[in-house]
Amino acid sequence: MLTKRIIPCLDIKDGRVVKGINFVNLRDAGDPVETASAYDKAGADELVFLDITASSDSRDIKADLVRKISEAIFIPFTVGGGIRTIDDFKVILREGADKVAVNSAAIMNPALISQAADKFGSQCVVVAIDAKRRPDGSFSIFKNGGRIDMGIDAIKWAIEAVKLGAGELLVTSMDCDGTKNGYDMELTRKISENGGVPVIASGGAGTMQHFKDILTDGKADAALAATLFHYKEMEIKDLKEYLHKEGISVRR
Amino acid sequence: MIAIIDYGAGNIKSVEKAFRFIGQECIVTADKDILLGAEKVVLPGVGAFGDAMEKLDSQGLDETIRQIVSKGTPLLGICLGLQLLFEGSDEAPGVKGLGILKGKVIKFPETEGYKIPQIGWNSLELKAGTKIFAGLPENPYVYFVHSYYLHTTEDIVAASCNYILDFHAAVEKDNIFACQFHPEKSGDVGLKILRNFADL
Repeated sequence: MLTKRIIPCLDIKDGRVVKGINFVNLRDAGDPVETASAYDKAGADELVFLDITASSDSRDIKADLVRKISEAIFIPFTVGGGIRTIDDFKVILREGADKVAVNSAAIMNPALISQAADKFGSQCVVVAIDAKRRPDGSFSIFKNGGRIDMGIDAIKWAIEAVKLGAGELLVTSMDCDGTKNGYDMELTRKISENGGVPVIASGGAGTMQHFKDILTDGKADAALAATLFHYKEMEIKDLKEYLHKEGISVRR
Repeated sequence: MIAIIDYGAGNIKSVEKAFRFIGQECIVTADKDILLGAEKVVLPGVGAFGDAMEKLDSQGLDETIRQIVSKGTPLLGICLGLQLLFEGSDEAPGVKGLGILKGKVIKFPETEGYKIPQIGWNSLELKAGTKIFAGLPENPYVYFVHSYYLHTTEDIVAASCNYILDFHAAVEKDNIFACQFHPEKSGDVGLKILRNFADL
């Protein structure tokens, strides 16, 4: 049986692992390759690296990072952050990443999704969506790391992204991110039911029950968390044991 | 030395890096003399069936692969590399596969509750006594990314798997080995499979 995936996320700045709480207050905590290797051994099914390096040579930094990671770990990994062009995709995939996540650039230039899918295959094109609840209960997407409200409906954007060739959607609830009060069930479920491609839920994980809920009622195919795993507040092994006991298929 | 066939398909680096990680010398090449002289050969591949066959044919690598097989050199097909060894695929109607093994590559049927492609970790049902899966735990998990699956008519199935339906996830016949999943992305289980191939 195809298993649900548990995915630690590593935010990378200038080649080091950091994690922002609500997208600010970065804390420095570790070497990316060592951290990735530790997560592999701990039972992570996949890894996501979000590079938040802002400098102009960020592509070289990313390429270097991807090369080092792919020499040391042999589970799938996704790289995102600051991806703008087909060349960015090419460099990252060539160095050994399995998927590339694109966010702001896809919003500004949706054709990037179809170009990347045509050239490299849908399976390696992940569209990352940062969404925030509006007063009327619908969801709006944001770009530039959650700074700019695009006024676009998140569900509609998800459907559009899949139509263009996205092979997977990484859905982050900005309302839930950093709260540890649980994933946004409604946002995730709606996108999963309408998108037709695997959905990685992100933002809000605090307890094992949260993972169970989002992987069942929330209809997510994978659940992502950062601080929880990063600061060892929860062990992936224990989480998987719990999910297995709750009847959810996981790789153990 | 393990030679990895470079015909312009994606994901070749990961295969190379995994073999290097387990201490194997390997080379990524399209040079026929090197391929024919190698101790072992890997046919990797991520991409589309029709496009890949065209690339192999245009470089004459289809013939090279047949020669590799007939001289008894161990060959490992991975993902699309498995599919190419068979007669044809729903993905490219009318395009002939290498036809070294008998069977068809079929598109997963659209099914309520299942997403296509299958992406992620799924468990294998292993056939007893294969070389490629020697020493693995029962029902090991491996990483899949595919929209098309193999149905072979030969008695060569080394592992099967279930997603929407039962399909053939790996085959083993004499010196030919192939898997639909990605051993180079399947953690310790995958590295063990690559080691088994390297140690043949």
